[in-house]
Amino acid sequence: MANADDVRRSVTLNAKRIVNIVIVLIVLIGILSGFYVVQAENVGVILRFGKYTKTTEPGLHLKIPVIDKVYQVAVERQLKEEFGFRTLKAGVTSQYSRNYNSESVMLTGDLNVVVVEWIIQFRIEDPYKFLFKVRNSTATLRDMSEATMRKVVGDRTLNEVLTVGRQEITQEVEAGLQELCEQYENGIRIKQVVLQNVNPPDAVKASFNEVNQAQQDKEKLINQARSEYNKVIPKAKGQAQQTIQNAEGYASERVNGAKGDVARFVAVLKEYEKAPEITRQRIYLETMSKVLPKMEKKFVIDEQSSGVLPLLNLDNK
Amino acid sequence: MKRSTSIILAVVVFLLLIVVGSGLFVMNEPEQAIVTRFGKPVRTITNPGLHLKLPFFETVHTFDKRFLEWRGDSNQVTTKDKRYIWVDTYARWRITDPLLFYKRLRDERGAMSRIDDIVDGETRTTFAKHDLIEVVRTSNRKPLADPTMDMDIGILVDIKNGREKIADEILHASAGRVGDLGIEILDFKIKRINYVKEVQKTVFERMITERKRIADKYRSEGQGEASRISGEKQRELKRIQSEAKRTAQEIMGKADATAAKIYNDAYNRNAASREFYAFMKTMETYEKALDSSTSLILSTDSDFYKYLKEVTPN
Repeated sequence: MANADDVRRSVTLNAKRIVNIVIVLIVLIGILSGFYVVQAENVGVILRFGKYTKTTEPGLHLKIPVIDKVYQVAVERQLKEEFGFRTLKAGVTSQYSRNYNSESVMLTGDLNVVVVEWIIQFRIEDPYKFLFKVRNSTATLRDMSEATMRKVVGDRTLNEVLTVGRQEITQEVEAGLQELCEQYENGIRIKQVVLQNVNPPDAVKASFNEVNQAQQDKEKLINQARSEYNKVIPKAKGQAQQTIQNAEGYASERVNGAKGDVARFVAVLKEYEKAPEITRQRIYLETMSKVLPKMEKKFVIDEQSSGVLPLLNLDNK
Repeated sequence: MKRSTSIILAVVVFLLLIVVGSGLFVMNEPEQAIVTRFGKPVRTITNPGLHLKLPFFETVHTFDKRFLEWRGDSNQVTTKDKRYIWVDTYARWRITDPLLFYKRLRDERGAMSRIDDIVDGETRTTFAKHDLIEVVRTSNRKPLADPTMDMDIGILVDIKNGREKIADEILHASAGRVGDLGIEILDFKIKRINYVKEVQKTVFERMITERKRIADKYRSEGQGEASRISGEKQRELKRIQSEAKRTAQEIMGKADATAAKIYNDAYNRNAASREFYAFMKTMETYEKALDSSTSLILSTDSDFYKYLKEVTPN
């Protein structure tokens, strides 16, 4: 009997203890679930009985368990959406997957096809709107981005999109997208739109490269012709100078020669005029004395002699 | 007795809790709801918070209050100029009258399928009324020309309506048809337009021939310019050479004339000078012309040998 009593008492005791432990646990869980931490890059959006009451900054906060609901929204984080490709592994050498042609292939304003890859960077500016105004804000943002990019590219020629238009496209998409965000009240602020690869479709790439090649060929041909020109013309100019210098040399030689000759002539003439007869005689004889010794055969014949032929015959034998 | 009382009390409290619990409901911020009593709608609730209802007899149907998205299936449509294209569109809509919505469409799936029918149909109809270029382009802007590049930037032909206007057209046509469904279509956008495969092939071929044409143009421009430079080189060469020759001839001619004048002035002064010049020049010529191969036959009659005959010739 005493034994049975003991057992009953100990059972009652055990049951009491279990109940106590359970109550303590419930209270503990209740207290703990009254605390929540908002991470540094987030804000907490508090709903009480489903109704928005406040937004809390990063740190430790209290709430009413069960009744208050906390949504954490990363308002400080720069978010990114990629179009036409996905970053598989970011790092020093990031890996990309590029099998998203349906996102990147679009028509240009001159009805050509172009493949545009781009990213948008954005932040959640208004967490209330982001959560409660638009469902699936991010998916909607993707739709908006694709529509806006196509609208802008659709207003440009293929060559514009591939070359000079890039910056303008970026700016226009950014502005257009921001405008849409405000219209849709999705609480998103567009920070930046960045064009990545912009290419002609693979099937026509070769012909685009050919154009580049042809452009370089053109430059090459022109440069070759110019270099030939530059090789020949300065040389010809030099030679022309030479010809003219030679002529000038001839000219001064000729004139100075004439002046010299004349000076000599005039000097002698002056003496000649003083004594014409004797000067003539002298010059004649001087010349003869110079000339005659040079000649090997000289024949002197008398003035009455009948001819010279016999003499010449003798010699020729 | 005491134990049974406490058990009864616990049961009553428990039942009371259930009744109160089923008489209260929480409506979250992005939601709206209608309350039905035995299936019959009695009221609409749009503000979030804690609300009351009759326990057991009333049921709450919750709907989203936010802007909802709708994405059209890829639609193969034909434009007025008989181009076959795929069109992807999206729209945003919301439930404006939950009661009407509940009656007409029951849930979102029902709504989506109605929007599919209406918007896809309108898209098809409207696209068939416009040329392809009208849905691709938005404005009549002029292409950006780059003065630093000698390339053909391309041509944008003028359009009448443009993508935005046509999207608006589709929006208005569709919006008018959902008015009695308790929903509102807020906007409609053309997302993607792509050629169907066969058309794409011909477009690519056209792009290739166009590039070939540009490449050929560059090459012939290069050759043309090179020929022009080469011709200019020849012309310049001939000009330089001939000018130099002419100048040289002029200089030499002038020098010759000057020399002639100098000689003439001196030699042609008077009879004596003329005579003396003739004499001097003859003498000079003798000196130059006569050499060892010359045989000279002189008569004693000559001035030089006259003294051979006699000391005093007469």
